[in-house]
Amino acid sequence: MSAHDNALDAHGHDHHGHDGHDGHAPSTFRGYMTGFVLAVILTAIPFWLVMAKVFDKSSTTALLVLACASVQIVVHMIYFLHMNARSEGGWTMLALIFTIVLVVIALTGSLWVMFHLDQNMMPMHDMKNLP
Amino acid sequence: MVETSLPYGSGDTGLPERTRAEALRFHELSEVHPQNGTLLGFWLYLMSDCLIFACLFAVYGVLGRRYAGGPTGAELFELPLVALNTTMLLLSSITYGFAVLEMQKDKVRTTLVWLGITGLLGATFIGIELHEFAQLVHEGAGPQRSAFLSSFFTLVGTHGTHVTVGIIWLITLMAQVGQHGLIPENKRRLMCLSMFWHFLDVVWIGVFTFVYLMGVLP
Amino acid sequence: MVPPQHPRGCRSDDPPLPDSRNNAPAALVTTMPEHLDLAKLIFGRLTWEAIPFHEPILLATFLVVAAGGLALVGALTYFRVWGYLWHEWFTSIDHKKIGVMYVVLGIVMLLRGFADAIMMRLQQSISFGDSLGYLPPHHYDQIFTAHGVIMIFFVAMPLVTGLMNFVVPLQIGARDVAFPFLNNFSFWMTVGGAVLVMMSLFVGEFARTGWLAYPPLSGILQSPDVGVDYYIWGLQVAGLGTLLSGINLLVTIVKMRAPGMTMMKMPVFTWTALCTNVLIIAAFPVLTAVLALLALDRYAGFNFFTSDLGGNAMMYINLIWIWGHPEVYILILPAFGIFSEVVSTFCGKRLFGYASMVYATVVITVLSYLVWLHHFFTMGSGASVNSFFGITTMIISIPTGAKMFNWLFTMYHGRIRFEVPMLWTIGFMVTFVIGGMTGVLLAVPPADFSLHNSLFLIAHFHNVIIGGVLFGMMAGITYWFPKAFGYRLDPFWGKCSFWFWLVGFYVAFMPLYVLGLMGITRRMSHFEDASLQIWFQLAAFGALLIALGIGSFLIQLVVSFRRRESLRDTTGDPWDGRTLEWSTSSPPPAYNFAFTPVIHDNDAWWQMKSLQYQRPQQGFIPIHMPKNTAAGIIIAGLSTLFGFAMIWHMWLIAVVSFVATLVVAIGHTFNYKRDYYIPADVVVRTEAERSRLLASHG
Repeated sequence: MSAHDNALDAHGHDHHGHDGHDGHAPSTFRGYMTGFVLAVILTAIPFWLVMAKVFDKSSTTALLVLACASVQIVVHMIYFLHMNARSEGGWTMLALIFTIVLVVIALTGSLWVMFHLDQNMMPMHDMKNLP
Repeated sequence: MVETSLPYGSGDTGLPERTRAEALRFHELSEVHPQNGTLLGFWLYLMSDCLIFACLFAVYGVLGRRYAGGPTGAELFELPLVALNTTMLLLSSITYGFAVLEMQKDKVRTTLVWLGITGLLGATFIGIELHEFAQLVHEGAGPQRSAFLSSFFTLVGTHGTHVTVGIIWLITLMAQVGQHGLIPENKRRLMCLSMFWHFLDVVWIGVFTFVYLMGVLP
Repeated sequence: MVPPQHPRGCRSDDPPLPDSRNNAPAALVTTMPEHLDLAKLIFGRLTWEAIPFHEPILLATFLVVAAGGLALVGALTYFRVWGYLWHEWFTSIDHKKIGVMYVVLGIVMLLRGFADAIMMRLQQSISFGDSLGYLPPHHYDQIFTAHGVIMIFFVAMPLVTGLMNFVVPLQIGARDVAFPFLNNFSFWMTVGGAVLVMMSLFVGEFARTGWLAYPPLSGILQSPDVGVDYYIWGLQVAGLGTLLSGINLLVTIVKMRAPGMTMMKMPVFTWTALCTNVLIIAAFPVLTAVLALLALDRYAGFNFFTSDLGGNAMMYINLIWIWGHPEVYILILPAFGIFSEVVSTFCGKRLFGYASMVYATVVITVLSYLVWLHHFFTMGSGASVNSFFGITTMIISIPTGAKMFNWLFTMYHGRIRFEVPMLWTIGFMVTFVIGGMTGVLLAVPPADFSLHNSLFLIAHFHNVIIGGVLFGMMAGITYWFPKAFGYRLDPFWGKCSFWFWLVGFYVAFMPLYVLGLMGITRRMSHFEDASLQIWFQLAAFGALLIALGIGSFLIQLVVSFRRRESLRDTTGDPWDGRTLEWSTSSPPPAYNFAFTPVIHDNDAWWQMKSLQYQRPQQGFIPIHMPKNTAAGIIIAGLSTLFGFAMIWHMWLIAVVSFVATLVVAIGHTFNYKRDYYIPADVVVRTEAERSRLLASHG
């Protein structure tokens, strides 16, 4: 058999057409629209809460805004990124979970450490207005 | 003695050694194609990119209130513009989704149309963002002014750089799809760009939440 | 604050250095003359003053290196091997060749990094009281910085990456890694980073900040010269290569294992490689981000880590150690994997406690992200933070202890053969335990308050890195050398190397533990107290012994090559190994396995041998392989040029090389014809040759 290149032509079992490759379920119009509508709602609410100053306490606003953001991220993951526990034999989910854990550790750890460092080691006056 | 393609044995209990040797097959006779790893590899790259953004968010979290006597987020951010930008990006996500739907139906022309619209929306996003940056610099609120502004420009700017890279990639892919059609390799690349594009939208959720919305709150 | 000295390499008519209090970006202030100066646009701040004509040590080094380099280039040209090198090695996407090149890079850089070590030991053994030694602080500081950077990034990482690259596909029954072109590219990016660091020796200078370049010392005000920029760009270029390599190997292990090889049937070295690559993917982005932030501070006047305008230097330290601690586990886990392979092979026994080894490795991987603050207990984060991290640090020593016991239990009732890899392993077991124990001591925050940044710390990390990583790499190189080159390494010189290294290590570093406990600080180029001198002289003697160990290794390479026929490995299995790589010929053919193996058990090859498996000698089919490519070396070369241009503010060249990099990279993606088939008759001939060789043996 002579040398031939095979990236251009169908390579063995890859030539599926539109049933997705490597076991991915195909995207659907419904899926995308559902995700889109949810995302729009979950974007509009936080913007409205902040711009219209709906709540007096900014901590309430902050909490709700964060909640909307978290839910919207999940919406994106499921409807746009097709996140599920089966893709790539579960490795994409495992990688995502591991990354999220590390992100949480890096964020909370940094904030915790830096807060304590600043509290113990910084000069007494308010840093916000120091030139 | 040549191994022929005898079926697998259960391998384990009770069988005498020679029977086990005949029962166990130790090589495949036909070509074995390992599964393509591009999508997993790209996902892993996205996870690493996620960690870069996590660092930038951490820096923003730590330095984001250090105004050094300069302007604050509440004074600087124009939320209507941010809302417009967010809309652009979200729309571009859905238009990319439509491109993928067309790709699944093997329709080259309509795929390219939706890709083009996605690119235009992305370019609009970048344009608005550049305008915002220029405005801030003009007002004396450039990245050198304070740690808050350094973090702001870097986090938002890194996201914008990624979007720009995505647009360049998108144009390249449009050329390649135009050239070779929707062959499996190109479909794989389109799926990678899809993941990239949606991932950037996820990061933007973090940006508009933590930087803009929370930055405006006292 | 001492004003910065006039930096070598900057033009003397530059305007004075900017004060970060004004708003103008630093770069704009220094490079905005009235008219467009073409020379400045092309050469940036690079001038003839960058060449160290007035430093005799550097000049002498340069002449030696230049002479040696010319001799090498001359020899290669004379023997007409450039074409061979280009086609067979530099553009190769074969994981075996890339693995070998990584190891070669690591060994070459070991010589440079060790030269730095010898210089430091010499300085510290003579510089007491009135005697100032031969290295001014300005130079000494660059040496310890370069020593650390080179040893971690350009010796340990390439050796680890090289061995993983070579061995893992063979161990899992694959033909290559998941992304062969990316593999080649990753290698050349690592070389690019090494080139930048090596160039700093002769063009400009290197950083004087220590290997992690803490701000504010590494900021633009206190280090306005090119040194820290060399550091940043060298590591960014190399770091990208490493990250891509991590993705590559992880996908390889997940996707390309031979049929039947479930996760819990993988060899232990592959498991440790898996976890190492997870760590690489999860840690290196942090390094990339932090160095980018430092670069923004330096180049564009940002205020992340500055002393004013809201900056916070501790955030750099916090982030860099979030990278730094997983990094040391990236270095040690593959070494643990090598030891597991060596112990089970040379004791003729299945590894004891395979499952617990796997769990221990995974636990270490996760826990390595929870300990980073122990590198800066003394910076004032307070009792609650310190105790949390102190406890996690102590906990992370437990899985390593479990591994140690597993190795011991494997040896127990085994038939131990004291081949050279086994010697390195036993040396490791003793030495690493000591180093680990001093680590647990340092994990106690109150103790660390006395020992932080003392020579005790230096002794500890050299203890674990030399005893763990280096001994592991030496064991691995000796173990897999016959597989790579077809003949074993000469055992006599191997034993010499081992004993010189082992004794040399203890003689060099035990005195440092003593000095550390007495309170002596690290990175000092001069001491007043002459009573300390004897300890430093002992340490210098230890370094000399290690030099003999390195020398023995180099002699071993030469002697083994010359005696290669008598050391020939004809069967492919010189050690009576247990894992799949030993089922191939030595060296393996380009395609590794004529037929994809099928796995039924751990220690797959051992099982095949015990069931008298006969390799097939007919029915060969064409084999699908990736093509060689020059894109990797070209893109990496352009990236390195970009780094150099950024260092010297050669903005025109920086822009051009950046654009060129993008263009070539994008152009490469238009190439869809990247593979070919090895014809069946080539396979037939290769396998027939192997059958002949096997028949000739014994």
